Order: sequence, then structure tokens, then C-alpha cells
Amino acid sequence: MSKKPTKSKRTAENEEKKLVPIYIMGKRYEVPASLTIQKALEHAGYLLIRGCGCRGGICGACGTVFRYPASYRIEVGLACQTVVQPDMYIAQIPFFPGNKAVYDIEKLEPTGAVLGALYPEIFKCVGCGTCTRSCPMDIDVMGYVSKAIQGDLTAVADNSFDCVMCGLCSARCPAEEVQYNVAILARRLYARYLAPRAVHLDKAVEDIKKKRFDKPLQELKSLALEELKKRYKALEIEPDIADEFWVPKDKTCVFED
Amino acid sequence: MPYTPELKELIKRVEKTRPVRVEKKRRGEEFPAMSLKEREDILKYHPDFKEEGRTEILVGPNKGYRIAREMVAILHAKSRLDPDAVDLSQVDYETDVLVIGGGGAGTSAALLAVQNGMKAVIATKLRLGDANTMMAEGGIQAATKSEKDSPYYHYLDVMGGGHFKNDPELVETLVVEAPKVMAWLEKLGAMFSKFEDGRLKTMHGGGTCRKRMHYAGDITGAEIMRTLRDEAKNHPDDIKVLEFSPAVELILNDKGACAGAVLFNLETEEYLVIKAKATVLATGGSGRLHIQGFMTTNHYGATGDGLVLGYRAGVPLKFLHAVQYHPTGAVFPEQAEGLLITEKVRGAGANILNIEGEQFVYEREPRDVESSAIIRECLERKKGVPTPTGKYGIWLDSPMIDFLKGEGTVRKEFPGKWILFHRYGIDITKEPMLIYPTLHYQNGGLEIKNNCETKVPGLFVAGEVSGGVHGENRLMGNSLLDVVVFGRIAGCSAAEYVHNKFKDGSLSLDHVRRYHRALADAHIVLDSRVSPMILPDYSNPEVRKKQLTTKYLGTLR
Repeated sequence: MSKKPTKSKRTAENEEKKLVPIYIMGKRYEVPASLTIQKALEHAGYLLIRGCGCRGGICGACGTVFRYPASYRIEVGLACQTVVQPDMYIAQIPFFPGNKAVYDIEKLEPTGAVLGALYPEIFKCVGCGTCTRSCPMDIDVMGYVSKAIQGDLTAVADNSFDCVMCGLCSARCPAEEVQYNVAILARRLYARYLAPRAVHLDKAVEDIKKKRFDKPLQELKSLALEELKKRYKALEIEPDIADEFWVPKDKTCVFED
Repeated sequence: MPYTPELKELIKRVEKTRPVRVEKKRRGEEFPAMSLKEREDILKYHPDFKEEGRTEILVGPNKGYRIAREMVAILHAKSRLDPDAVDLSQVDYETDVLVIGGGGAGTSAALLAVQNGMKAVIATKLRLGDANTMMAEGGIQAATKSEKDSPYYHYLDVMGGGHFKNDPELVETLVVEAPKVMAWLEKLGAMFSKFEDGRLKTMHGGGTCRKRMHYAGDITGAEIMRTLRDEAKNHPDDIKVLEFSPAVELILNDKGACAGAVLFNLETEEYLVIKAKATVLATGGSGRLHIQGFMTTNHYGATGDGLVLGYRAGVPLKFLHAVQYHPTGAVFPEQAEGLLITEKVRGAGANILNIEGEQFVYEREPRDVESSAIIRECLERKKGVPTPTGKYGIWLDSPMIDFLKGEGTVRKEFPGKWILFHRYGIDITKEPMLIYPTLHYQNGGLEIKNNCETKVPGLFVAGEVSGGVHGENRLMGNSLLDVVVFGRIAGCSAAEYVHNKFKDGSLSLDHVRRYHRALADAHIVLDSRVSPMILPDYSNPEVRKKQLTTKYLGTLR
């Protein structure tokens, strides 16, 4: 909690460091204005255990809700990505007990009906759009939920791709949906069954099963250092601007068939 | 925070030289790459070569080995545990395979252990999936395009990148397993970027002779990690996940084999005994040790815990003297400092430029060489761009990408970075990014064989905590590959060990007692420090001074 220095001293300090007041779970602290919410918590004296992960906006550990004084609206963001504002009221939601369906991806049919079967609550969506407004990744969450209701796996997969699974959408959903778990199910089904397969993987794996590289690799492993360096230096480099159909001139260890 | 007027003024110099540079790139004209000799020479600017940054390890199997002071400090510290205070007869959990660490390697290991008939427990410091794997952006290397590539070329690239010092057996395993890993991930439903016919898109990374880096937008690691995590959670009967429960010490048995670990419940502060027939150590890296004060791209939990646990149990260290600094970490705005800007940005055509808007290095040198060139440009040649916080940076000219590959490419290929900078009022399709090398990867670690076994029976190690596969320098796209390849192998090897070699014995922490004695014998002055570190402390030192009774509430002291 903030101390009580004399007014003039505090003002001087604020001027110098540009301190702003914030309220962490209702308690007042003064923190440098340039900090993210995450760093502000640490500046206030917290050693974070929950609610802190990659510190770079991708892991979804630090979902945070806040409100500005002049507004009734609850806003949300990732603590590691959101810069503090004066008089902000802050609370974190480091864990959300959302339901996750257990399934065997190999036994599922890649149809839109699967989403509704495993997560029947998607049909309870009231279309309020709070999820979309709550998404720190600017994903149109309600948009993909409506695609999920329609059974369009491809659209759900594409439109939810940036999801960091922070759970803020679920936390605020009046229909108690677990949007992020519906989304990852759709993405896995899409990538497993609907996206065209990478057939070139079959040949690459087949060549390895046939042990076609065992001898060339054995040879490389036995080379004297200087000879190995020579081979490395002599490598033909695929040009940056080469298109997908580029093939090397040197075919020392390329098995095209 | 958008660019300051001063920086905006400097950006004009970048814009001035851009049309000519775009034309050159179109013609395939690159800044000349360095010869092997030039590479060697420039490495003297690399932080690894700062002798005052290192000190000698005075105890254990690598006595006399000089590595970063920050790493030695955690090896020269006491255990968090008084071995006499732990009651090993009170076993809290029992399992076939204990996996320590819930990142890419640990989760892969658990899945493969279960596939081989095991029950597994994943004990992890934060949440399942809270790991550097989640943050890897660029991609995953694998020679999957047979008409131009093969494990042979991949092998040469890995060796060249690692200065030919890598363990050849580990490298062979890495490159041969790579296509299988891609097939496994595709089958699990990881959504890689593909052409319309299903062919996987691939790009160059620094030090690759073929475009073999597969990716999922610019969140490749996150896509792999969330898929693996989802799969692990689909086996609730076979994989038990203990979150916020880091391992603080391995347990050995009277036969010298690893027999589990002591876990620390971060919330209740209990120490718990878990007994396992085999243990996989997959705790990741150590960027949060902030070697030489460098900022880091690493996850909050990357504090090198596994190094301490493994070393105390007798596993030697390898290549730990080589630390990787990623050439392009954000240095502006301040809130994004240390944040990784994927190498893919350079792969897609963005130039590296000094304050004058001039090129001074080829964009796809191996990471240590690229970082050294940037440090030299700033510190010696004084051509860095000064930042408002008193640091120096170098421009990464992202707007070139849309010129080269069509409008909208940056937003499509780098959606994560675009939105992040957009939040700070910077449009990376129009303005370059300001970068500086940032502590990124622990090239070395615990010594393993290519089946992930260690000197300690029943202890298997996989991922960033291991050392050898990358030699002295890892190439981009080989860490995601490493964690999945060796994670899977560790899971299989652990299962195989349980089936064929496991013998029960009585639990012991004698190795910790021995280690404590060795510290005393080496006359190491022990301060109050204990290790593993578990979490870095970024709390306010002014506040900390007043935390006179840290943690304890109530009346009993």
C-alpha cells in the first residue's frame, strides 16, 4: 500500500518517475506509468506465482480484468501486454475451471456435429458478443462460435488460430461456453482430417525406414574435421527467392524417385 | 509507446535506402556472407568470450570447467532441502514414469511413455505448457522435401552451426527422426502452414542450406505446445499432471538409480515425495538467470533447475560454456524489451541496418555470428540507434517484406508480432523494428546418449536441459525439433527401462548430503542462497527490504 509522504514530496517524486496510482484488488499502489500490469504488480512487491508465464503475450497465463474509474465497464487484457492507466482497478484470473472434453482424436469423425456433441453448450450462445469484446488477441470469438454451431470446422479453425487459451472469453460468457476448448478441438480435427495431407512426408519417412541415409550419415560421422568442413563449405545454398520447385544441381544425397 | 520524434527522424534514413535494397533483394543480391575465418574473428564480440563473465566450477563431475558466473552460482548453492528433514518413507505419489517439466519435451515424453504401457506423472513448475516451447515462433526443421533435401544436408547444417563440435550421434538421431516427428505432429492435428495441395510451407533459417523450416504462422511453438497439451489432457487416467509443483531434488535409491523426486507445492509450500520407476528430466533452459545482465526471450520459469538437480545426482555437463543470444530481441518499446522477433522476419527478406540505414551483415549468418556483428556495430563502430532508455538498437526492416512478397504478407505471416506492436502504436508493415541481441538459449546442458539415458540409471534427460546435440550453437528451428525428437525418445527409453531393467530399492538423498560436503570441502562460502532457483525475483527491492517476515502470517514464528 502506498505510504504517506508529505504532499509536496510525493508530487515531486511523481513528476520525476511519472508515478501513477493503481488499485490492485482494491488496494492502492503507485507505480511508474510506463509499466505493464505485470511489471506493476512486481513493482508493488508481488512475487508472482500464478498469473505469469511467457511474459510475451502468447501463453495465456495472465488474463486480467480491470476497470477505469470513469466507467462502469469491465475491461480485460493480458497483464504482460497491457500498460497501466491512472486509477485502474485490477484483478487477475490466473486459472479458469473450464470444462474440457476428453476424446480420442483418432476415433472422431471430422464433422461439424462433433463440436456440438462434445460441447452441447455451444447452442446456448445468446449472441451477446461479450467473448469477442473480451478477447485480448482481437479474435472474433462469437463469430467462430456461430461457425461452430453451423458445424463449419474449417472456419472455426482458421478464425481461432491466434487463440492463446487465456480463458477470458469463458470467464465472461453468460452461456458458460468454453470457447477456447471448442476452438482447439476444431483446429485439431481440421488439421488432422480436412486440410489436405502433406504427402511428401510419406516419402521422407519411407526413405528413413528404408535406411537410405544410414550409409551417407555413417560416412559423414567418420570424416576428419577438415573434410567435414570442406563438405559444409561446398554446400549448395537454395536461393532466398527460389520458388517451391527449386532443385539442387548437386544431388549427392537427394533421392528423388 | 509509438516511436519518439527522434526515432521517427532516424527511420527516414532507412526509408531512403529501402528502394535500392528491395531491388537488390529482388535480384537475389545479398550482403556477402562471412567466410569461416571471418566468422571466427567476429566471435570475439560474443558475450561467451568475455573472460570476466565466467568462473570455475569447484565441485562435482565438471570440477574446473569455466562457465557463466550466474550458472556457477546456482551450482555452488545449497539444496533447498535439509536431507535429514525429509521423510522418504512417506511416499505421497507413486508412478511408473515421472516426467519433470511440462513443456514440449516433457509432454512428448509422457505421451510416448503412455503409448508404451506406462502410467506417467508430469510434475511442472507452472502450468502444463508454460515453457519456452510455447514461445518458439519461427519453426521446426526437418528434411521432408526429398527432391532437394535429406537428413544428410540437415546433418551438415547442424554441425556447421555448432562449430563442428556437436555430438555426432545425437545429431544423426535429430535429423533422422525429424521427418517422423513432422508426420506425428500432422497426425495429432497440429495446424502447420500449407499450400493448397497440402504441401508444407518451408523457409530458410540462419545457417540452413535448404528451406526446411516448417511453421504455423508465427506461433509455431504455441501451436505444437497447445496440441501436445490437449493430447496429454485426453489421457487423464494415464497422465496425472501436477502443476505448480516443481521438483527441487531427485531421489536416488540404494542401487544408485534414480527413483523419483521431491516436489515443492508452490502454494501450500509442502515438500512431497514422488516415487517413480524411471524419471525424465525435461526442465528446459535458464534464460532467467540473466547472464551478464542480458535481457531474455525466455519463459518466466526458465531458471536452470534441471541443471542443478542432474548435476547434484552426478550427471556431467556439456557445452554449457556456450550460451545463445538471439540476434533480434525487441529493444523498443520498453514494455516489449527482450521479446523475441523471429528469425523468419529475416528469412522473409527484411534487412538488418545500422543508424545510417546501411547493411553491415548478411541476414542469415548463424545466430552467434549475427549477434556478434550487431554488438560490434553498436559498441565498436558506434553505429547503433540510441533508444530512450539509454540502450542501443539496430533496425530490422520489416516493411521490405510487403514490398517483396506482396501487400498483406507481414500481417498474414507475422500476425502475433503485428498485433503486439500495433498495441504500442507501431505499424511494422510501415515502420522497421528496433532490435538487439537477447539471451535466448542454453546450448549445453546435461550429458546424454542418443536414447536420452544418462550416467544415472533410470534418469533420462531431454530438451534444452540436455547438452551435445547443438554443439556450441543451435540453429533456428532445431529446438522445437530437439524437444519433440528427444522428448519422444526419452518417453520410450523410460518405458523400456521400466519393462526390462528397473529394480526397486530404498530411497535416499545421500547424493545431496555428499554434494553439501563437497561444497564445504571446496571452501565455497555459502551465502543464504539455495537452488534450484524456481522463480526469478523481479519484485521491488525497496519493498523487499520491508518484508521482514516473508510469507509467515499468524502468531507462531
